[in-house]
Amino acid sequence: MMIGTDLNTVLPELILAIYAMAALMFAVYFGKDKRANTVFWVTAIVMVVLAVITAIAPAGARTAFNGAFIDDGFARYAKVLMLLASASIILLSKEYLQKNDLLKFEYPILIALATLGMMMMVSAGDLMSLYMGLELQSLALYVVAAFRRDSLRSTEAGLKYFVLGALSSGILLYGASLIYGFSGTTVFTDIASTITGDGLGLGMIFGLVFLCAGLAFKVSAVPFHMWTPDVYEGSPTPVTAFFATAPKVAAACLFARVLHDAFPEAQADWTQIIALLSVLSMFLGAIAAIGQTNIKRLMAYSSIAHMGFALMGLAAGTESGVQALLIYMAIYVVMNIGTFAFILNMERDGHAITDITSLGQYSRVEPARAAALAILMFSLAGIPPLVGFFGKFYVLKAAIDADMAWLAIAGVLASVIGAFYYLRIIYYMYFGDEVDPLTGKMPALHYIALMGAAAVMLFGVINMFGIEGYAAIAAEALLK
Amino acid sequence: MENLLSIITFLPMLGAAILVVFLRGNDDYAQRNAKILALVTTLATFVISAVALISEFDPSNPGFQLVEERTWLAGLTYKMGVDGISVLFVMLTTFLMPIVIGACWTVTTRVKEYMILFLVLESLMLAVFCALDLVLFYVVFEAGLIPMFLIVGIWGGKDRVYASFKFFLYTLLGSVLMLVAMIAMWMEAGTTDIPTLLNHEFSYAPMTVLGFQIMGGLQTLLFLAFFASFAVKMPMWPVHTWLPDAHVQAPTAGSVVLAAILLKMGGYGFLRFSLPMFPVASELLATFVMTLSVIAIIYTSLVALMQKDMKKLIAYSSVAHMGFVTMGIFALNKQGLDGAIYQMLSHGFISGALFLGVGVIYERMHTREIDAYGGLVIRMPAYALIFMFFTMANVGLPGTSGFVGEFLTLIAAFKANTWIAFGATSGVILSACYALWLYRRVVFGDLIKESLKTITDMDTREHLMMAPLVIMTILLGVYPALVLDIIGPSVDALLENVTSAQAAAHAAMALN
Repeated sequence: MMIGTDLNTVLPELILAIYAMAALMFAVYFGKDKRANTVFWVTAIVMVVLAVITAIAPAGARTAFNGAFIDDGFARYAKVLMLLASASIILLSKEYLQKNDLLKFEYPILIALATLGMMMMVSAGDLMSLYMGLELQSLALYVVAAFRRDSLRSTEAGLKYFVLGALSSGILLYGASLIYGFSGTTVFTDIASTITGDGLGLGMIFGLVFLCAGLAFKVSAVPFHMWTPDVYEGSPTPVTAFFATAPKVAAACLFARVLHDAFPEAQADWTQIIALLSVLSMFLGAIAAIGQTNIKRLMAYSSIAHMGFALMGLAAGTESGVQALLIYMAIYVVMNIGTFAFILNMERDGHAITDITSLGQYSRVEPARAAALAILMFSLAGIPPLVGFFGKFYVLKAAIDADMAWLAIAGVLASVIGAFYYLRIIYYMYFGDEVDPLTGKMPALHYIALMGAAAVMLFGVINMFGIEGYAAIAAEALLK
Repeated sequence: MENLLSIITFLPMLGAAILVVFLRGNDDYAQRNAKILALVTTLATFVISAVALISEFDPSNPGFQLVEERTWLAGLTYKMGVDGISVLFVMLTTFLMPIVIGACWTVTTRVKEYMILFLVLESLMLAVFCALDLVLFYVVFEAGLIPMFLIVGIWGGKDRVYASFKFFLYTLLGSVLMLVAMIAMWMEAGTTDIPTLLNHEFSYAPMTVLGFQIMGGLQTLLFLAFFASFAVKMPMWPVHTWLPDAHVQAPTAGSVVLAAILLKMGGYGFLRFSLPMFPVASELLATFVMTLSVIAIIYTSLVALMQKDMKKLIAYSSVAHMGFVTMGIFALNKQGLDGAIYQMLSHGFISGALFLGVGVIYERMHTREIDAYGGLVIRMPAYALIFMFFTMANVGLPGTSGFVGEFLTLIAAFKANTWIAFGATSGVILSACYALWLYRRVVFGDLIKESLKTITDMDTREHLMMAPLVIMTILLGVYPALVLDIIGPSVDALLENVTSAQAAAHAAMALN
């Protein structure tokens, strides 16, 4: 039976989909939010188990549903990363949501559905499955953005995200329809075979540009970044943490998948687009964050700048470029999980604080946490010997290797500007004026996440925990 | 011993790790223990490195010795080794660090963190001088910014925030361009191994960038990228402005490390990378660099003359002295290279001692204003003597190490370009003006200031810190062979390498 092998290929996705629905039923019929705690834990465990299953799956590429779904090393790398990121965010969210009366069983299930969408995105081999995955992810994200439904900020964030997200989906869909119209197919590999050495026709170019615009919105690359600061600020902090991690990985990997699988012959056309997005994002992310005092907005601009760097790897258009992108995303996710584990506990007398001036002389109150955050900030700024530097190092190397030294120079200059605002957080913690100390008690899980992330940044210099090899396999799978 | 250099390099970091993990509490005992542990660690590092130098290092061998190599990530290697040039910088670092820790003895705020940062900084500085992999060098070179940023920022003076940010961003901006150049070199040569790169010929065919014709092509571009980093670090005029700010705001121990060791990384970088790897570009730009050096020597000497703050004055004098170093290096002859290295080592001892000297009276009076002092000789005879000794050494009095370095670099400059030598020599006169005038205003005159009437002379700790520096300054002043014998073979090899590459380039261009 063909369908049997197809289903076997999508087994992790299948398990997650069935689990999400089963968990929904279970919680609805057996006590609703009283069961929330259980659902949080079980969802995280299911995700970790799926990550393990995906990681130990036999090597080699398999396709299902006539090429609409691809299960290769590239997809597996991204899936493991996203599943682990989602699981960590679910566990980190619990305490915060509990304190703010938001501990609802729907939350982990929505995250699970979003993760399912992301897994489909990175495995997409067809414009249809691409769009399905993207929309499943986006719809779940719109809902969690507005998860604190009594708060004006949160609903505003959700609405803003929805309207702009719908617009970008529309643009993407329009691009996809143009591509379908001019190539006569929706399967990536067939699209690739219709492109000959003469370059793209006008219709295909329009399609490609619209497609890139839609995807750039999802990775929040400039000039499609407008939603990011507002949504990051307005959403409940755990949701912001989620936005900053797994969906970014999914979107960046989808970007790489579409461009390398469907438009390998048109590389000269799309590297220009990506290089432009990359430069603009790096500089806007670096400059616009200088004036921010709200740490969530600051992290929004930080993620714009980081996505700019990640896109530099894609702009290189080579295997080492994709490898650099994958390494960069893994490092970026770890840094963000650690940083948000800290931000989740920024509070005074039970009120959440997002102003960075409230960190004044924090190093005297909590030396260990301050040191860990300082390490993460230096790492985000890309200062060696922390792992954040090596993320940048790989993409710079890929860019220079692809004869894009100008892009690399622009990138390092932007990173110097960006270093200023990361240093400012360290400045408040270590040199600033004393203020009323933050009183948040850190739950054990958050403490472990913060310290663990800092330790990874510090000790990763030895061998990066072998991530380089996995990323190399994944990149090779994409550009086979 | 196979891993000798790694042991020396990481011993201080081990001490820092012990402090992080085991030292608890913040009472007097804990503070004392932190200081003692740091002192023991730095002393042990010094002893091991001294034994290694005497027993394992062969001065007649111009190549890299004590080499160790391991694979690292991204196809890079963790490769360490020293030659005649770098081994002395390693010794300078390990020699000065116990004195630096001694200078921290009076600190009472956050002592544990302070010691940890200095120990980490020592490890990173040692790694800079031992690294034989391009990217490894960059990583440790840049990583040194983190502890120094925190040292200036946390324990510094009133405007410490401005100074620490300026220091960090200025040096970072210089370095990132070097990073791009390093990656480009890796792509071009296919390796990051420094000994291999020393023999790699980078292209010097003219090329056009953005419509500009670039003489010396790729070599010039790479040279300029490295120059951006090392010139800021050195610091050379006109990118020296971070140094006076950082020095004035840094705590005494921080100033000593900055002046005595961190600045030397720039000069070391010129010797290790710019000169041997880009010989054609070095020749093309030698006059340019030497002109900047002379401007630095004269201009910063004049600026030093007008300073009201003692530390700022010494900081400007450091810039001037580093001008002699770059001038010597780019004179591209043996006296120049010998003199530049000599000047760097000697400046390490002298400027370190001068900053310690300022620290001694700052701790008593809490001001660095020159006008706040006068007549110190009456209450502090021992201090007056030692400060005079180092003032003279700073001026370059024969018999002190300062003389040898300045004299050699001046000979070298004279051989290369008489006008440059003429300008630089006038800098020597100016340095006598500002140094002796400073000395007169602080130490001589009548003791009329009320607050100075109870000032006490140097105590045992301060004597112990100064004594080794006095000994080294005299020793190097009267017996230069001590250093020149060690650096000789490596300098000869370096020079031969450079001149033969330049000759080959000339021949190739003549053919075209």
